[in-house]
Amino acid sequence: MADTATGKPEAIRVDELHKSFGAHHVLKGVSLTAREGDVVAIIGGSGSGKSTMLRCINFLETPSSGQITIAGEPVEMRADGTPANRKQIERIRQSLGMVFQSFNLWTHRTVLENLIEVPVHVLKTPKDEAIARARKLLARVGLAEKEGAYPAFMSGGQQQRAAIARALCMEPKAMLFDEPTSALDPELVGEVLQVIRGLADEGRTMILVTHEMKFAREVASHVIYLHNGLIEEQGPPDQLFGAPKSDRLKQFLKSVA
Amino acid sequence: MMQGFWVPRRIVMAAIALLLVGWCAVSLNWTWLATPKYQVLILQGIWTTIWILVVTMVLGMLLAIPLGLAQAAGPWWLSGPSSAFCGLIRGTPLLLQLWLLYYGLGSLFPSIPWIRGSDLWPILRQAWPYAVLALTLSVAGYSGEVMRGAFKGVPHGQLEAAKAMGMPRLTAFRRIWLPQAMQRVLPTLGGETVLTLKATPLVATITVVDIYAVSSRIRQDTFIVYEPLLLLAVVYMAIAGLIVLLFRWLESRVPQKTA
Repeated sequence: MADTATGKPEAIRVDELHKSFGAHHVLKGVSLTAREGDVVAIIGGSGSGKSTMLRCINFLETPSSGQITIAGEPVEMRADGTPANRKQIERIRQSLGMVFQSFNLWTHRTVLENLIEVPVHVLKTPKDEAIARARKLLARVGLAEKEGAYPAFMSGGQQQRAAIARALCMEPKAMLFDEPTSALDPELVGEVLQVIRGLADEGRTMILVTHEMKFAREVASHVIYLHNGLIEEQGPPDQLFGAPKSDRLKQFLKSVA
Repeated sequence: MMQGFWVPRRIVMAAIALLLVGWCAVSLNWTWLATPKYQVLILQGIWTTIWILVVTMVLGMLLAIPLGLAQAAGPWWLSGPSSAFCGLIRGTPLLLQLWLLYYGLGSLFPSIPWIRGSDLWPILRQAWPYAVLALTLSVAGYSGEVMRGAFKGVPHGQLEAAKAMGMPRLTAFRRIWLPQAMQRVLPTLGGETVLTLKATPLVATITVVDIYAVSSRIRQDTFIVYEPLLLLAVVYMAIAGLIVLLFRWLESRVPQKTA
């Protein structure tokens, strides 16, 4: 899988990323590259820094140091790692669809309104065009009937599928998933994973932080195992899950199996 | 629907209410209500009460939003003065604030020549600007505190989603943060509006002729003690009822699920 991806342009590149919360050093120099069409899965125990790493990519967390490059465009940063150009950050965020663990659909808007909010009010897409696109996406994630519903009246699985559709409605270059199934009841996990798998199958670039090892093995083109803020091991999924080299990863896989 | 409404307990209560109204109508003295002079005065008084209420609520909320935002998310040099202002307003009687503005500012202004000579003087020499100002500041002080809680109460994830999708900060405030805070605050705001309505009679003490001042005038003119007060109660209750209905409608616009 990794071989076929080489030669394609880089979608997301992270170099020597450090992040501290006060005295707590969470990320201690991690790098990753996702080329177009790559599905990078980040796994690791709780507190390993995997969510922080994902959130640094679209600057929901401000890196302490390091370099982030989106589609060949380096994000301007000051010496202390803080972003220097708010407009650039906003533009980059618009090109990266983020899906949260807790869905975060806007509760005062219907599902359809959630989907068209940013396309219409920020990206200035004509409203009927945005609605047409949103309806198509809702049909795709199996929520065509729910466009007028408010998030509070939907199941977790439905909310997360709507949240994925909302991210897709921005026509992002890449998708970032932050433990998209961790807040769901077990019987609702499948329907969300099925949607994500569909996106992987159509060749979308994605970075996925997940606890679903089986799923990561099936959809990822590249897997990164994070431990204590450092990349302990990485490689193609069959190698990482089939023949882990480091003792820590072996132990981790045993503990989540 | 109608059958469900007219259960025995409601029929009994409606009958008692009708009897009471009937008794009031028959055995009390309402002749003064037929005087055209008083009819005009009453309508003008009701109008004054209503416009003062509406104007002060709108202006007060426009002030309360930045006051609440400054306290919820502002730097110390904004949050400090804002919370000091809210504390000052909430800690002193409205009557005192009203009199301080009217007798204080109101007697200071005429001694300043350029104010006396300005185009605004015909307005500033009247009583109502001081009434509106005092009530507005009062609404701002109380609602500013309410808005602080409302802004803080909007879950972080709601704002983070806006941020992650590249919404500029002002858009996120206008489209996500403010509407969600307002929605949370609607039930409290309805109560604030009713309380403000019932604070409006204070303006009669600085010569603004609202419905309360009208009823006092009628009582002094006619020596009828009780009935004008009863009319006053009915008027305030009717306006309060309209406010409750209005806010109920506003609240119902976004269906809520109480988890």
